[in-house]
Amino acid sequence: MTIDLFILLLVGFMLVAGLIAVEARDLLSAVIAVGAAGFALCVIDLLLGAPDLAFPQVVVEIITLVLLIRMIVTRTDTSRQTPRDTLRTGAVLLAGGVILVVVFVAVGGLDGTGAMPAFGHPVVANAPAGPGTPPGVSAEYLARCTQDTGAANTVAGILLDYRAYDTLGEATVIFVSILGGYVVLRSIGRKREGEADAS
Amino acid sequence: MKGMSPIVKNTASVVTAFVMMYGIYVTVTGHITPGGGFAGGVIIMAGVVLLVLSYGGDPIREVTAEGECHVLEGLGAMAFLLVAVIGLFGGAFFANWLGTGRPMELLSGGTILISNLAIGLKVAAGLTGIFLALVLAIRAAMPKE
Repeated sequence: MTIDLFILLLVGFMLVAGLIAVEARDLLSAVIAVGAAGFALCVIDLLLGAPDLAFPQVVVEIITLVLLIRMIVTRTDTSRQTPRDTLRTGAVLLAGGVILVVVFVAVGGLDGTGAMPAFGHPVVANAPAGPGTPPGVSAEYLARCTQDTGAANTVAGILLDYRAYDTLGEATVIFVSILGGYVVLRSIGRKREGEADAS
Repeated sequence: MKGMSPIVKNTASVVTAFVMMYGIYVTVTGHITPGGGFAGGVIIMAGVVLLVLSYGGDPIREVTAEGECHVLEGLGAMAFLLVAVIGLFGGAFFANWLGTGRPMELLSGGTILISNLAIGLKVAAGLTGIFLALVLAIRAAMPKE
């Protein structure tokens, strides 16, 4: 399959970009590498037929890139370079990858005959991918979504009607993370009555 | 954070209107075309980022502050929860208590449109507030000139 090969290439590109982002001495190079990884993920979303996902991905990626570059350009990096143990980091990463691959194959992921469904055949897919996997609900969703919810965009129908609980959780995650950001970033702290000024 | 040249300022003030309008369009038509509340909210926030980067941090602070953004974000979250709780009277949490309408029309999809609007408001206000807080934090960390 050509598209699988292309996706694998893009995943490799993302891996390389991530390694560059971690190991680059220059902050600007690291930020640009992070952006490259994000845009590769966006192309993967488009190839897999998920424009609803690629759309926010590309917008968030652009804004993050602009903000990070703006912040890096305004300040000079004065931190000392600490020597890194690249060999040890590489060995740990390699060991982790080997363990992950072994677990994946041991659970039976490669051809879909084991407990893990094959690539492109999720658990909710209607036709069982293997003898052990139960039939899912996705064909039912696709057939009845427009009639049930009245939404022409099936993704919106699933996100905000069938699976609105998940969306509520996602909204809570954003809410809490923004709250945490406020707490960390607030330049003027609130003080109790009669508390002395620290600065 | 100081502003940029007059060319950038004029271009940004024209383009921002279209950026924000596109964000609102993506939010409102989330049940018809790809997009939705999150994407639309982030695009609206991109308009604010464009303005702040071109004009500097001072003018926006006369218009809005991070506290107001926080209130708006809470309102969006409350609206989303309210839609869910009203569904409780129609049978279940998050039940679609509005009529579904005809597909491909703007007023279709029942509560999906309202939920998209609420999430769009929440995301736009929350991210704008975080961005303003970042601008303030940078300003506080910069040495006085």
